[in-house]
Amino acid sequence: MDFNFTEEQSMIRDSLARLIREQYDFETRRSVVESDAGWRPEMWAQFAELGLLMAPFSEEDGGLGGGAIDAMVVMEEFGKGLVVEPFVPSVVCGGGFLKHAGSVAQKEEYLAGIMSGEQIFAFAWAEPKGRYNYADLETTARKDGAGFVLNGHKAVVIGAPWASHFVVTARTAGDRRDRAGVSAFIVAKDAAGVTTRDYPTVDGRRASEVYFENVALSSEHLIGEVDGALSLVERVGDEATAALCAEACGAMGVAHAQTVEYSRTRKQFGVPIGKFQVLQHRMVDMFMEHEQSISMTYMATLKLDEPEIERKKAVSAAKVRIGQAGRLVGQQAVQIHGGMGMTEELAVGHYFKRITMVDSEFGNVDYHLKRYTDLCAAEMAVAAE
Amino acid sequence: MELAFTPEERAFQADVRAWIDEAYTPDLRAKMAMSKTGYLDREGQITWQKRLHARGFIAPNWPEKYGGPGLTPTQKYILHMELSAAGTPSVVPMGVSMVAPVIMAFGNEAQKAQHLPPILSSDIWWCQGYSEPGAGSDLASLQMSAVRDGDEYVLNGSKIWTTLAQHADWIFCLVRTSREGKPQEGISFLVFPMDLPGISVRPLPTLDGPMEGEQEINQVFFEDVRVPIEASLIGEENKGWTYAKYLLQFERGNAYAPGLRNMLSKVRKIASREQIGDVPLIQDADFSRKLAEMEMRIEALNATELRIFSALSAGEAVGPESSMVKCAGSEAQQAITELALEAVGQAGHVFVRDSWAHLREGANADLPMPEYAVPVAPSYFNYRKTSIYAGSNEIQRNIMAKMVLGL
Repeated sequence: MDFNFTEEQSMIRDSLARLIREQYDFETRRSVVESDAGWRPEMWAQFAELGLLMAPFSEEDGGLGGGAIDAMVVMEEFGKGLVVEPFVPSVVCGGGFLKHAGSVAQKEEYLAGIMSGEQIFAFAWAEPKGRYNYADLETTARKDGAGFVLNGHKAVVIGAPWASHFVVTARTAGDRRDRAGVSAFIVAKDAAGVTTRDYPTVDGRRASEVYFENVALSSEHLIGEVDGALSLVERVGDEATAALCAEACGAMGVAHAQTVEYSRTRKQFGVPIGKFQVLQHRMVDMFMEHEQSISMTYMATLKLDEPEIERKKAVSAAKVRIGQAGRLVGQQAVQIHGGMGMTEELAVGHYFKRITMVDSEFGNVDYHLKRYTDLCAAEMAVAAE
Repeated sequence: MELAFTPEERAFQADVRAWIDEAYTPDLRAKMAMSKTGYLDREGQITWQKRLHARGFIAPNWPEKYGGPGLTPTQKYILHMELSAAGTPSVVPMGVSMVAPVIMAFGNEAQKAQHLPPILSSDIWWCQGYSEPGAGSDLASLQMSAVRDGDEYVLNGSKIWTTLAQHADWIFCLVRTSREGKPQEGISFLVFPMDLPGISVRPLPTLDGPMEGEQEINQVFFEDVRVPIEASLIGEENKGWTYAKYLLQFERGNAYAPGLRNMLSKVRKIASREQIGDVPLIQDADFSRKLAEMEMRIEALNATELRIFSALSAGEAVGPESSMVKCAGSEAQQAITELALEAVGQAGHVFVRDSWAHLREGANADLPMPEYAVPVAPSYFNYRKTSIYAGSNEIQRNIMAKMVLGL
């Protein structure tokens, strides 16, 4: 048993932290997210140069031989810097599908591009009426000879404005919420019949509604089994969730540290407000929630390759605890900053926004509690038999 | 990063499990299931501790030269985890984990030779004299006096919240030997027998409603008690505060999560026996959600404890993290007793003073409620102690504000 990072992982952390410190300060980020593009492709190129985009892939696949822990290290630093560039959509999700289920030809065509940063993937799974259920799909891919015809509308596809490709989930058989009958496809954004409507998100990122109208796909676009991709989708979803947990941990840590620092300098009634015990204890509670969030993120990440039930329980438990911790840490960070915490000028409010929005990505507290209790019930039923 | 134990560690774990299966006999298990406080009666407690001793498991943290088993940090962790997971009684800590490390570090050779062997074998029962009616969280303001008279101290004053003092053969006490300088500077650390003239023990029955003679805490009075300085004084006079702080790091430090899992598994058992409508309570959406949230809280603490343990094994110093574990662990314990109280419903109203009565041979085992409900409400009330003792959780938060946040 060992919770220490390897030398390579520490190096990734340190060099990424330095890069963010030097080129991703709060004011720069503010002007970038308000710009037309909303991101910096040159930052993405630098991330690629540092090796971040290839860190979580095996050497066999052309990567650096790391895995989910490397992605966790990257995303914690992204969280600290409120980095908007699409590591989770492209590397964790797009790369995850290819890593687990890509054919040799698909890996050749796409994975190298993801790792070099020249191709950017976004994960188009959510739908306006599907809530967090991966199987609740109105998007369809009708079988048509050897190929498929894709129709549907995907909602809030994070990073889509910057993407070159999508992984799209669609129903190829069965009824709307059936577990069977789900397939996943790689779809180029410039394919005929693909349109997007781009917008900013409240936490400074970019996303799109993505529409597919009679998009013709061949079996080469299929990733994973036809009609049987749900388990793969869930696995990649869990990996993305764990990476988001790491991002939230990074952001919570900064929000907390800034709050403690502010309480040391802000004076009222002639003393720094950090001298007030009621605020001290609240900041200690924030500290404890943050620490336990880190622990849960480690656990979830370490269990990503365990059997399905164990993996899902660990990821759901982490997402629930981090959702709850995020509420406390984010809200109290603003509260303790007082009126200043309400302004856009201070970073803390931007951290609060990002921490808040993590909860409703890939399933919120309620969704993951339900998933967890259902898994427990399933385990009990198995044990009873 | 790696979660798994090595094959050798797994083999040790299997050994420990097999031993517990055998040594933790049905009579002890039955009694423990009905305990309101987490302890057995004196006889049961000594029986269990002597079995641990015979197997070398009573004092995993002791150095080998004093009879410790020489386990690796991971083996110690596994041992603690397995003992907690099986719900075995806690070893009464005042001897093995509290006074013994102080004697080892600061006692003279005669004191070590006299005290350490019978602590290890559970032949001498110790209690702790720290808190006083006027000195709780502010421990350094303690007033019990020790006045030199020839080669003796004369002791006057009183100690309170003294755990299981009615069973104790010896006590270790913080006493005031000087009123000059800062309050911390006039404190000494004494050890002496409980059967000396002038010592009296008054039971303080707590909210769990203990049976006669089984109260968890007491007040102890000292009236002109005479003790020999040579044998009683540990280390130097007026240095007791240093030793007391040294002891604190042993008072806290064990992992909570394994024991919490055991507590929660009992709630699950209750909830699968209790009905709500046509289904067992455990299938009720609201209650199963609470169980799931509790389980996640435990897993978060577990992961945190493993991280701390891993840092410790790697030789890093662990300081205020123990305050975090104490807060999170004790608050989780309380929350689980609360869930249990919810789970038993109306059956929780029935008060059974002697929760071991129906287990005795020839006793009338006919209870007016399910047996599992007997200790539930008493435990809920009893466990309010956990956020108060060993440095209240407010004090722990003060420590973290100072040591971690630098406020």
